[in-house]
Amino acid sequence: MSMRQLSIREALNEALAEEMERDENVFLMGEEVGHYDGAYKVSRGLLDKFGEQRVVDTPIAENGFAGVGIGAAMVGLRPVIEFMTFNFSLIGIDQVINTAAKLRYMSAGQFKLPMVFRGPGGSVMQLGAQHSQCFESFYAHCPGLLVVLPSNSYDAKGLLKSAIRDNNPVVFIESEAMYGVRGDVPEETYTLELGKADIKREGADITIACWSKAVPWCLEAAEGLSELGVNAEVVDLMTIRPLDEETLHQSVKKTNRLLVVQESWPLASVGHWLAATVSESLFDFLDAPVKVISGQDYPYPYAKNLEALMRPDARKIVEVARSML
Amino acid sequence: MAISGHLKRAKEKNRRNAYVLACHLGLFFNILRPELIRFLLYVGETSVSLSLEKSLELYEQMYLMRRFEESAAQSYTERKIGGFLHLYIGQEAVATGVIAATEEKDYVVTSYRDHAHYLAKGGTAREGMAELFGKEGGCSGGRGGSMHFFDAEKRFMGGWGIVGAHVPLAAGIGFAAKYKNDGTVAVCFLGEGAVSIGPFHEGMCLAALWKLPVVFVVENNRYAMGTPIHRTMSTEDVSTRALAYPMARATVDGCDLDESYEQARIAVKRAREQSLPTLLEYKTYRYRGHSMADPAKYRTKDELEEWKRRDPLNLLKTKLTAKGVEESVFKQIEDKVEAEVVDCKEFAEQSPEPAAETLADFVYI
Repeated sequence: MSMRQLSIREALNEALAEEMERDENVFLMGEEVGHYDGAYKVSRGLLDKFGEQRVVDTPIAENGFAGVGIGAAMVGLRPVIEFMTFNFSLIGIDQVINTAAKLRYMSAGQFKLPMVFRGPGGSVMQLGAQHSQCFESFYAHCPGLLVVLPSNSYDAKGLLKSAIRDNNPVVFIESEAMYGVRGDVPEETYTLELGKADIKREGADITIACWSKAVPWCLEAAEGLSELGVNAEVVDLMTIRPLDEETLHQSVKKTNRLLVVQESWPLASVGHWLAATVSESLFDFLDAPVKVISGQDYPYPYAKNLEALMRPDARKIVEVARSML
Repeated sequence: MAISGHLKRAKEKNRRNAYVLACHLGLFFNILRPELIRFLLYVGETSVSLSLEKSLELYEQMYLMRRFEESAAQSYTERKIGGFLHLYIGQEAVATGVIAATEEKDYVVTSYRDHAHYLAKGGTAREGMAELFGKEGGCSGGRGGSMHFFDAEKRFMGGWGIVGAHVPLAAGIGFAAKYKNDGTVAVCFLGEGAVSIGPFHEGMCLAALWKLPVVFVVENNRYAMGTPIHRTMSTEDVSTRALAYPMARATVDGCDLDESYEQARIAVKRAREQSLPTLLEYKTYRYRGHSMADPAKYRTKDELEEWKRRDPLNLLKTKLTAKGVEESVFKQIEDKVEAEVVDCKEFAEQSPEPAAETLADFVYI
């Protein structure tokens, strides 16, 4: 396969363009997605290519346009609803949780809801408490949704294409801080299966599970650990609902240790859910208690020095991993 | 210096005044424009009244709604139906008249007081009652319950339980109609209690902005659960909500089937032919409490009796009698409905419960 370097932003843009080209029922709707080319330029050029009917600028009304997407999906369209950031998705979260995630079940399967709610999430440099937070645990809590978080360009493109083709509502959270990160993307078109984890680095001594922005931290930590003679396996979950328990469990059975790294707050989080379920089902395989490194349990401060204390980093991951050996 | 300063201030003040005047004029014309359109559209319409045959068919439908729900209330007290049960009794002419003005290919979406809309859209009493009984044979396979009736085939798009949240859905169905250019119309029923919540305004705003073929039908039954309208709104004229977006509006006597049908017909036509939304306010009244759990102590008996004097079924019956329909014709219809109601209850009782092993079905496709 011939490769080129694309940023995650460009990879997502390609995924959108290809799927819109492929299926005329796919449309993109959200604030600033059209004439402004997207607040984060993910939809750059799409308006010119597909016109106003399929690249739809909305007023600031997250509940409204999330609901419009659901209504349109109920009658056969494939909406991609962009939340400018997932912080604002909370205005529309009622539509995601109470409407989208419930429709198929409440109607005993009479409807399918082929749609994607996507946009950036996670902490970003000095945006302050209302614009720096992780919502994957909120959405992962709810049956009826798929929750996907890519960590590089290749995954972002392949997963978004699959999310658009999927017949369930998918919550697709991109890392706001990583839009510019470049990586290899093949020229040829491809998709990646949802609900599958990806082993980003093979190792035998400890499994480090992570997703989204935590993946590069863990890969960096794994390099640091290898210098200390520890061979870490980094599992990028990519889809956190439904979880690919098989890949994760196989890895833990091999390494006998699990460390989970997440950017989000600890309480009622995906990381602690993983720790609990792996501890329960793989107790006999574990040589150390499962550990979880989370973001600090406070709102995000503005001040640069304080903000820097919030996120886990490679140094912290190395330190905790070593304590488990 | 003092003089030039004074002149400058005077000029500034004039500019401000001109600005304020312009704002007022703009506001005035913004309000006036949709009203003018509304007037012209209304004047331009020739009224189409229901045929005698159609009226009798709709009488049967209304009678079924009433008896279906009275039977459901009985089954609720027998604990055969659980959860919330919101009855529509008293409001029958609204759903009946509005849906009669649509075509089969049109879509209906409504709130949790949904039994009558489901029946009017072609849902069967059997599947409706079985749903209330939580049975596999229900219109939502027993997974939805009273508040969540669905019938995809009949284009009955639910039964939704979060007040106002289904308003954007209707806009979305209208959006798709316009996107596909398939000539369908979406009709959205909601209570007057829903017109103060954000999603209502967002849905209305988008429907007006994008000129979507949607008819919003506010069933103003005067009580948002137990709170009377004067305590939730600064006006009792609910249709004025349409002015801000703006979109066409009308206030309708919700007890009168003919008017209910006629106003909906105009709005549906506007949606289908011009792709424009309308907000219709139907003045109506529910005889029962908000749900079976509500004894409705917040209103007087006199008020209830006054509304019952304009009972939609009686009103229609009186009108049809005046047109020469004999009592025996009504008797025949009513007997037929009574048998259907007995039958639907039997069906519901005999329908199996959903099998335990199906608990996880329908979460994902």
